[in-house]
Amino acid sequence: MHALSIRGLTKTYAGKVHALKGIDLEVAPGEFFALLGPNGAGKTTTIGVITSLVNKTAGAVSVFGHDVDQARAEVKASIGLVPQELNFNQFERVHDIVVNQAGFYGVPRKLALARAEKYLNQLQLWEKRDVASRTLSGGMKRRLMIARALMHEPRLLILDEPTAGVDIEIRRSMWQFLAEINRAGTTIILTTHYLEEAEQLCPRLAIIDGGLIVRQGRTRELLEDMQIETFVLNLARPGPQVPAIEGFAVRRIDDLTLEVDVLRERNLNDLFVRLSGSGIEVLSMRNKANRLEEVFMRLVAKAGPR
Amino acid sequence: MSRLATDLIGFETIVRREIMRILRIWAQTILPPAITMTLYFIIFGNLIGRRIGDMGGFGYMEFIAPGLIMMSVINNSYANVVSSFFGAKFGRYIEELLVAPMNEHWILLGYIAGGVLRGLMVGAVVTLVALCFTNLRLFHPWVMLSTLLLGAVVFSLGGFINAVYAKKFDDVAIIPTFVLTPLTYLGGVFYSISLLPEFWQQVSRANPILYMVNGFRYGLLGHSDVDLGLAYAIMLLAVAVLYGFSIFLLKRGVGLRS
Repeated sequence: MHALSIRGLTKTYAGKVHALKGIDLEVAPGEFFALLGPNGAGKTTTIGVITSLVNKTAGAVSVFGHDVDQARAEVKASIGLVPQELNFNQFERVHDIVVNQAGFYGVPRKLALARAEKYLNQLQLWEKRDVASRTLSGGMKRRLMIARALMHEPRLLILDEPTAGVDIEIRRSMWQFLAEINRAGTTIILTTHYLEEAEQLCPRLAIIDGGLIVRQGRTRELLEDMQIETFVLNLARPGPQVPAIEGFAVRRIDDLTLEVDVLRERNLNDLFVRLSGSGIEVLSMRNKANRLEEVFMRLVAKAGPR
Repeated sequence: MSRLATDLIGFETIVRREIMRILRIWAQTILPPAITMTLYFIIFGNLIGRRIGDMGGFGYMEFIAPGLIMMSVINNSYANVVSSFFGAKFGRYIEELLVAPMNEHWILLGYIAGGVLRGLMVGAVVTLVALCFTNLRLFHPWVMLSTLLLGAVVFSLGGFINAVYAKKFDDVAIIPTFVLTPLTYLGGVFYSISLLPEFWQQVSRANPILYMVNGFRYGLLGHSDVDLGLAYAIMLLAVAVLYGFSIFLLKRGVGLRS
């Protein structure tokens, strides 16, 4: 039984906008799965159908074996949603927001109060429990939505760009928190624009573009498919003419910077030997781009406009 | 835990949230009707009423008091649901309920309960104001209570339907301004329809608020311009039709789900 199973999912909005054109997707229980795609690719629509916020046009969706049409209440009870847009009452107190959400899921009040303390503490919001939610910072609002989604302790947590606009320190603490939740047994589906996030957290992912899944599989395998990596070399001093080196495409960016495309099977020592032999001294080196970002860009570019 | 037990906790949560909201913004929910009704009693009841004399066999102030209480109840029941539900839609926090496993009936009942409770709170305040100006009898408590509740439920449902279709805040004000207020003023709050020519009496009988006001007036004073059985039938029919339509809208996700 899959945590999430999607078969032939299509969604056509009024005005004949084909947001989803037949998606097949499976997520196993306990997975930390990423759904990547550019803006307008269909990520939020897919999540909307799973969580009953969007009516599908065709196809089948089931969560832990419960069909969304036949057993909607069971499906809803299994899912915790952290949406992309802020969607809590800005005038309500932080504590009321999370306790009320538990109530909507049928969690008895005494238990809801205990869980509110637990999750608000874990997400560093307990001190803010009595303030109106509109006074929270952007990062706190994002964390509030995570705490709210956990109040009924769902088996499947869906996060739609949870770290958008959050500074790197808070983002990393949120990653750590989500990884702990996942280790404790919660299946997590994450959409994100920060591909580093997906690479760090998600052993499996799917890339969606133009309403279709263009690739899905293990993150490591996707990265291994990439044959070329690009490195940026910082030079000690303005160097002489860069020699042509077989197996490496070297470009001069400025007097002190080179960019080199390296085939996966090539040994970097060859590059440094040749550069050194030409009197070019390399001070430091870094990978030009996030590797997953390159895979993503290539797959999306290959799919082309739809 | 059974489905019903889960839904009941959800229902209780909506009601609790509605009460908190009413009390948090008491200066918008409870205070204005108290001031408005005080002015009605002073101007219509005290100043003008003295020159009008008796109405339906009662002092004018005594005659209009039930109508003013009922008017406050239905206006505030309507206002509570329309503003609360539309606010949740506009602020997107209605999604908190839409993603939860609550049965649609309990969601609707939660909002109705919120509307009824605000109606009753305001009704209680207006009754206290009325007691400062006139004596109120209690001719038939069950009729008084049941007509009050039915009127509040009908208008809570009306507010819900308005909120479902509203796309902007202006839409929330259209029905109260152009439909609710005229029907209330023409619904026998300030006069007995027996004063009207026969034709206009018949026209007035098409106004559902007339039945609510007169049903409630019967409960307090033992006087009604309309048949009490017909008043109950119309109110119960209105509840059934509006409830059925509201549930249809909620289940279909009209204005809520794309």
